[in-house]
Amino acid sequence: MSEHTLHFKPTEGFRTRSKAVVDNPVLRQSFRGAMDFLMSKRAAQFPDDEELQSLRSLGEAIRQYNLAKLPDLLLQLESQLTANGIQVHWAETPDEANTIILGICQRHSAKLMVKGKSMVSEEIELNHAAEAAGIGALESDMGEYIVQLAGEKPSHIIMPAIHKTKEEIARLFADKVDGVDYTDNVDALIQIGRNVLREKFQEAAIGLSGVNFAVAETGTLCLVENEGNGRMCTTVPPIHIAITGIEKIVEKLEHVPPLLSLLTRSATGQNISTYFNMISSPRKPGEKDGPEEVHLVLLDNGRSQAYADEQLRKTLQCIRCGACMNHCPVYTRIGGHAYGTTYPGPIGKIVSPHMLGLEATASMATASSLCGACGEVCPVKIPIPELLMRLREEAFSEPHAKPAMRGQGAGYSPLISAIWRAWATVYRSPALYRLVSWLGSRFGGLLPSRQGAWTSVRVPLRPAPKRLRDMLKERG
Amino acid sequence: MSARDRILAKLRQNAPSTANALPDVATWFATHRPVESMTDKAKRFHHVIELAHAEVHAVNADTWTGKLHEVLKARGIEKLLVAEGTPHGDAALDDLPPRGIDCSVYEMAIEAWQSELFDDTPASLTAARAAIAETGTLILWPDALEPRLMSLVPPVHVVLLDASNIHNTFYEAMTAEGWSSGLPTNALLISGPSKTADIQQTLAYGAHGPKELIVLMLGAPEGAAQ
Amino acid sequence: MNPAPSLPARPSDVYFFATCVVDQFFPGAGMDAITLLEKLGLRVHFPEEQTCCGQPAYTSGFPDQARKVAAHQLTLFPNDWPVVVPSGSCAGMMKHHYPTLFAADPVRKAQADRLSARLYELTDFLVNVLGWQPEDQGEACTVALHTSCSARREMGVHLTGRKLLGDLGQVNIAQQDHESECCGFGGTFSVKQPEISGAMVEDKVKALQATGAERVISADCGCLMNILGHAAWKDAQEGRAQPSLPGEHIASFLLRRIGGAQ
Repeated sequence: MSEHTLHFKPTEGFRTRSKAVVDNPVLRQSFRGAMDFLMSKRAAQFPDDEELQSLRSLGEAIRQYNLAKLPDLLLQLESQLTANGIQVHWAETPDEANTIILGICQRHSAKLMVKGKSMVSEEIELNHAAEAAGIGALESDMGEYIVQLAGEKPSHIIMPAIHKTKEEIARLFADKVDGVDYTDNVDALIQIGRNVLREKFQEAAIGLSGVNFAVAETGTLCLVENEGNGRMCTTVPPIHIAITGIEKIVEKLEHVPPLLSLLTRSATGQNISTYFNMISSPRKPGEKDGPEEVHLVLLDNGRSQAYADEQLRKTLQCIRCGACMNHCPVYTRIGGHAYGTTYPGPIGKIVSPHMLGLEATASMATASSLCGACGEVCPVKIPIPELLMRLREEAFSEPHAKPAMRGQGAGYSPLISAIWRAWATVYRSPALYRLVSWLGSRFGGLLPSRQGAWTSVRVPLRPAPKRLRDMLKERG
Repeated sequence: MSARDRILAKLRQNAPSTANALPDVATWFATHRPVESMTDKAKRFHHVIELAHAEVHAVNADTWTGKLHEVLKARGIEKLLVAEGTPHGDAALDDLPPRGIDCSVYEMAIEAWQSELFDDTPASLTAARAAIAETGTLILWPDALEPRLMSLVPPVHVVLLDASNIHNTFYEAMTAEGWSSGLPTNALLISGPSKTADIQQTLAYGAHGPKELIVLMLGAPEGAAQ
Repeated sequence: MNPAPSLPARPSDVYFFATCVVDQFFPGAGMDAITLLEKLGLRVHFPEEQTCCGQPAYTSGFPDQARKVAAHQLTLFPNDWPVVVPSGSCAGMMKHHYPTLFAADPVRKAQADRLSARLYELTDFLVNVLGWQPEDQGEACTVALHTSCSARREMGVHLTGRKLLGDLGQVNIAQQDHESECCGFGGTFSVKQPEISGAMVEDKVKALQATGAERVISADCGCLMNILGHAAWKDAQEGRAQPSLPGEHIASFLLRRIGGAQ
């Protein structure tokens, strides 16, 4: 495994990484093609705009209703799960979550953990921690398996290997999987993965999964997937550990169908996923399969910080469908790795600062033209552009005593702030504005022909020789 | 303070003071999803699950084991895992061995025969508890007689569905059946064979679970399954 | 057929808020918009004291500075006339963000709400208030239309520009690839993330050029500054003397098509 870092500094090198992708026509075309594919799949699922908008409103209302009751619902979930025989653990930080998970592994002398797709496990860098503790952690989602085999990280939260061509995957399998010859036949490649992983499901002592929805009233963990590896991980090994962020909770089972419909249709353009797996207890007496122990790890990792602020709380409405990145013109240009965070794209920009602090993520919020495509498709109506502007404010304002976020003011620059103050002084004063704009119209021709980043791909800006107000005066 | 108490304290300190109104899920479904006749639900179910690459056959109580035999023979499958003690499992145990299909049963806990299940069980038969027309979905509640892995490990999964148990929507299924008052160890929605598009968005079936999903629809109204 | 939607009462006077970009960089577009409104029988009032809507500071994370500038604009429109803005982006700022910006200031919040209720993006005003259908007097031509993200997603007025062009009998609207995608301007985004912004405008210009349209029309001068600026840069790079992608504000184009240009 290469390039594992426990502490992301996505701000560092973001522009360099972006440029590398932007300058690579093959990668750029591959992201464009993949995003076009996902966008058209989603569009086909929502032919009726009224249905879509009313379902989005319902999804938003469900998420906000449940977030408003979050502390109560967490307790209800805990007591219901406990009554069902599922053991509940709480972790404030990634380190705590890893300690809990590896502690369970060690109690069972586990050598191997098979993993279903879980972005939270990526968030806590579980594979890295497991490796350090001498426990194998094997990804079993095909995309994740490919990415792990390549020593990389997922570049998309739903389609982890979206940056790779089938030829690259064919070469990877031929190089890294024992006894495999090169084939770029997709069915054959999937069959290779299936055969390898079916052995591992049987061998592993621990199955790890994420959670899409945790239902408080019934004490149920819901998982959405197409491949069946999630069911393997949660059924075959003797121990199942699920990990989730504390926000993924709904009070009522009836909240699940609208969210599930929004999730699968928005994510991959499917009316439903192949499997929807609802787990409410470990193996009961008399039952012949299923894990003997089921654990749930509830992770905070900055979510309670977002929760504390009415506006930022909306970040937690997310159901992780990835539609925002599929529709994002920035993600389409640079792909997932350039962001340098577990969660890329628009959702990554608004959620990562709570996990990593603004010190590490201050410039991420600037990587948006605020075009609004993300907010337009978000199935639970998170106002992503509005949140990006808020994060810009938090990052660039002068550090103060009662910050709403860790790292508030991390991007503060006295000079930039002074420039904006000066700008406001001019533009709030008609007289100063008239003077400055007049100077511009008179002497705009003297502006340099190289105007920083603007002229890297554009001709310089030149004010017109006469302003509109001058033309109106002349006309009389 | 434990992590639990610290997290809860932080959330409580900043939780909104007023509760939101309970979202009206029922009205949304009532106004946005049709309530269809049994025939139309069966048709819709059939159409949608076929789009997801499943195969559907209309059968009746007298003929279904014959159809089961036919679909297995067509694939050269000579061994079927069935759930002994269930009416459909016992019917298969009675009817198939005389026609040359060896029926195995899930009589021991998985630990005792895991490699046989994974390596030497080409097909399985389970029942579906119900189904969902809107999404072409089978609902399974695995239990001691018909365990969870029966619908996952064998490459061919045959499901017997009574067409009178098809609901319009997932929401209708869970409310009509009172799921909120208690769920089994594992409740499953299955909407096709296992699949993935993780390699260059190319769809491939049989990623980790069954490569084929075959539905035998019992009592399908005339015209619902062609 | 739906019955024609009922239009609000036709005003006799309107305010024109030009925006700082139009005032300083695209004064011709502002002039043409005013002339067009006058030709349609309106008295157009240009408050001399107007400056900028405040959006640059607002979207850059400096809402306090934006608020100072916005507060000044709130004082410009004493009469109850509609305010017409030849930009979806600046109109979106004033219509949708002013009320939020002044949420904690009851007096200004009330002013912002009153302004918001009577503020229109130009094409929206032409179609949905005046019910205007331009009569084409020009030669046959093919144009491409670029709609700004604010007009499309914030103002929801992406159909009005298209309707006006569609009413012109001799004008063919070419459909570009990824039409609804952002041109990459995004205010300070274009200089803070020049690689990404550059890639976006490059793709946008290619898509527009691929239509074979003789020009690009937009109702937002910010986008035009970016799109035309890149097209001209590319022309210079590749040694073309003639612009490969000319463009103009929709007000200028409409005015010329109805034979009203000076």
